Amino acid sequence: MSSELEVQQHALPVRLSHWLMAFAMIIMIGSGWRIYDSVPIFPFTFPYAITIGGDVGIALARNNDPGVAGAIAWHFAGMWLLLISYLVFVGWGLVTGHFRRDFFPVGPRSFIADFIAAATFKLAHKLGEYNAVQKVAYLVALSAVALMLISGIAIWKPVQTYPLEVLFGGFQGARLVHFLGMSVIVGFMVIHVSLVVLVPKTLVAMILGRATAKPHAEKV
Amino acid sequence: MSMNSLITPRRKLLRAGFSVGTLGLLGGCNLTDNDPVQTVLKAMSRWNDRVAAAIFDPNKLAPEFSEAEAAHPFRYNAWYGPELAPKLSASDYKLSIAGLAENKKPWTVEDLTAMPQVTQITRHVCVEGWSDIGKWTGTPLREFLKRIGADTTAKYVGFECADGYYEGLDMPTAMHPQTLMAFKLAGQTIPTQHGYPFKLRVPTKLGFKNPKFITTIFVTNQEPRGFWTDRGYNWFSGT
Repeated sequence: MSSELEVQQHALPVRLSHWLMAFAMIIMIGSGWRIYDSVPIFPFTFPYAITIGGDVGIALARNNDPGVAGAIAWHFAGMWLLLISYLVFVGWGLVTGHFRRDFFPVGPRSFIADFIAAATFKLAHKLGEYNAVQKVAYLVALSAVALMLISGIAIWKPVQTYPLEVLFGGFQGARLVHFLGMSVIVGFMVIHVSLVVLVPKTLVAMILGRATAKPHAEKV
Repeated sequence: MSMNSLITPRRKLLRAGFSVGTLGLLGGCNLTDNDPVQTVLKAMSRWNDRVAAAIFDPNKLAPEFSEAEAAHPFRYNAWYGPELAPKLSASDYKLSIAGLAENKKPWTVEDLTAMPQVTQITRHVCVEGWSDIGKWTGTPLREFLKRIGADTTAKYVGFECADGYYEGLDMPTAMHPQTLMAFKLAGQTIPTQHGYPFKLRVPTKLGFKNPKFITTIFVTNQEPRGFWTDRGYNWFSGT
C-alpha cells in the first residue's frame, strides 16, 4: 500500500462534454417521457410534473395538444447537444487512450469479485482508479447512449433508414429498445449520482479537473 | 394525432398533473415557456426541418407490407370524434384547384376516380408513436398534378380540407411515386371518417401530413401552413 496521495484528474474536454452530456440527457429523458405518455408502451405513464416540454395546460387550452409538440421540440433540440457532446467525450476517450487506460482491462472475474466486495461494502474507493464494477458501468452507459442514438434515428426517420428499424424488430421494436435504453441510462444516473454523494471528491475532480485524497480515506 | 383519446378523462388528469408540476418542480416559475428558450427551440425546429428535407431521398420508396400485416379497422385519428367527420357526398362534392396550375376546372368524384389507380400497403406513423399499416388504392398525386397542368417547379403543394384542416407538402414529396390520392382503404371506397372522397396518403411523412376530405389543392411558392405545424410540430416531418 502506497502512502502517496491519490489523484483524480479530468481533462477540460472530458469535463465539458461530461456536463453537456448530462444536461442533454436530462432534456432527452424529460421530454422523452412526455412523448411516451401520449402513446404508452407499458401500462403506466410518467407524471407530467417530471416531464419537459412547456406548459401542458396552455397547450391543451390553445391547441388541444397535451404538450407533446413542446416535448418534441425539446427532444429534437437536445438530440444535437447529446450527439455532439457524446462524440467529443467518446472521441477524446478513444484518441487520448483515456478509455484504454482507465476502462480496461476488465473481465468477468474481476467484475464478480468487485461486485461482491461492493455489495458487502468492502470495496475501497481509490480516487483516480476505477474498479471493475465502475468500468463495466461506464462501458454499459456509453453503449446505452450509442443505442439510444441509433434507435432514435430509426424512430425519427423510419422510412429513410428503414433497415435500421428491421434490426430492432420493426418500428414498435425500435420504440421499445429506445425505452429500455433510457431505463438503463436512468439506472446508471441514479447509481452514479448516489456514489458521487458518497465520494464527493469525484465531483470536485469533474468540475475543477483535479482532486486528491489520502489513500483509502473513503470507502464505498 | 390521437387527440380524440385525450379529450375527456385523460385531459382532466393532464390538467391535474400540470398544476402539480408548476407548483412542485418549477416553484411557480415556468422554466420552459419563456421567450429566449422558445426562440432557440423554434430556431432548432427550423434547422431540423432543413436536416429532414436534406435526408429525404425522393427516389427512396417507403417499405410495403403484406396484406396480413394491415390493421382492421385502420385507426381513426383526429382532434374530434369520427361521428363529427364531414360527410361529403359524390353528388355535390367538388375539388377546387388554385395557384400555379393551368387547368383550374373543379373535379367531381367521378372525374377523380376515373384516373388510373394503384394499390399500396404502407404504414402510417403517428408523431405520438403509434403506427398502423393500411392498404390504400388511388392515383399518384404527381399524375393528378400533371393533369391540372401544375407548375412542378414550384416549391409546394397545399391542401384545404372540409373539416378546417390544412396541410402542405414540399414539391419533391408531392411528386414522390407513393404519394397517393387514396380513394379506397382495404379495397373499399374510403369511409367518411378516413376522408371520403379521398385522403392524401403520404407514407414518407408523419400521419398528420396526410390530410383528409380535401376540398382545394393549390400549387405555390409560399410555404403552406399546416394545422399541427401551427400548433408547434415540425413542418417537414418526413419519416
